[in-house]
Amino acid sequence: MEKKREMFAGENGLQGDPRLKAISEAIRVVPHFPKPGIMFQDITTLLLDHKAFKDTVDIFVDRYRDMGISVVAGVEARGFMFGPSIALAIGAKFVPLRKPKKLPGEVISEAYVLEYGTDCLEMHVGAVQRGERALVIDDLIATGGTLCAAIKLLERVGAEVVECACVIGLPEAKGQCRLNGKPLYILVEPRK
Amino acid sequence: MYVYKCVSIYSPPSPSLSCLSDHHNRPLPCVPLSESNPVVHLRETRKRRGSFVVSLSATMSACKDQDPRIHGIKTKIRVVPNFPKPGIMFQDITTLLLDPKAFKDTIDLFVERYKGKNISVVAGIEARGFIFGPPIALAIGAKFVPLRKPRKLPGKVISEEYILEYGRDCLEMHVGAVEPGDRALVVDDLIATGGTLCAAMNLLERVGAEVVECACVIELPELKGRDRLNGKPLYILVEYH
Repeated sequence: MEKKREMFAGENGLQGDPRLKAISEAIRVVPHFPKPGIMFQDITTLLLDHKAFKDTVDIFVDRYRDMGISVVAGVEARGFMFGPSIALAIGAKFVPLRKPKKLPGEVISEAYVLEYGTDCLEMHVGAVQRGERALVIDDLIATGGTLCAAIKLLERVGAEVVECACVIGLPEAKGQCRLNGKPLYILVEPRK
Repeated sequence: MYVYKCVSIYSPPSPSLSCLSDHHNRPLPCVPLSESNPVVHLRETRKRRGSFVVSLSATMSACKDQDPRIHGIKTKIRVVPNFPKPGIMFQDITTLLLDPKAFKDTIDLFVERYKGKNISVVAGIEARGFIFGPPIALAIGAKFVPLRKPRKLPGKVISEEYILEYGRDCLEMHVGAVEPGDRALVVDDLIATGGTLCAAMNLLERVGAEVVECACVIELPELKGRDRLNGKPLYILVEYH
């Protein structure tokens, strides 16, 4: 029977790690953005704190370096801020997953549902090969819709998604520790 | 007769220095910035305390057969014709990102240039500047500041408009992200006309930062983007003609 894996880093190997507290405190909350009622978790302040930003990347790198991961797929645009550094450190390629019509050449698309309407994520044909082990990275998981679309893109080309990693995980994600059966790894909860 | 200027990247370029070409208006050849490779045939020199380095124009590039890593990087960039519209040969860096060694070499070339130069800010232009900027920032101990399209950054921002071929666009930066006296590097994947980089530099200078240099993987020299950088130095890895 598979051992239950907690999705928050602080419950999964990094209990009491002071880096997590510093990372959480470096994140700024902006109320009512992009619309009333939403407490936006702004990671740009984390990027201004060199040590906290480095610690964020290092925690992910330490976790994934020995998992045989050959692809880090980052979701546009804030996934681009974390993914490449992780990819470089673990020797994986970086694949950007983008909004429609940004990637040149041949792409595959995956639609996903928003609160009102749908959106779409695209990946380059040929970027990822069958059998590759992939990590999906984004700054934050809310409903999981975008990450789900990302997983589907990778699985459609025959890759194996090893894990989805996010800096911040919203409460809705808890209890949904697995996304379509894929494990989720999160560093911190949102700040109030 | 050739006139050369000397630029040290250990201190900001003097406003009295100007862009150069020879008197036939041919662009001067680029020489990689290197202390072991000073340029000969100097008519006008300027010594700076500490290191003495020379460039032949406001553009510096690593592309001229000096660094063996450049060839590997150049061959990994894919050209996609007629994207986003007919006539444009799009320089696609995503294929570079698929090659861990070439991607690492790209970052290393920038890090080697900027480490130890007291750069406190790396500003990356959305979205492909977000791919190259953060690894550089992390390696050199700088903060990373994303420069974004309108309405993406939450909270208080400053905006800088710039002209496109048809119409205008706008770049935004967070108020408070960059402080007066910060020494900044601007990073993007490519410089074409230079409009976006110019807007980026303006944002940084408006808050009192000093733009030390602009760094791009690719330059399209025929579009003369370097002329729009108000004399700020530009460092690039490869040119596409």
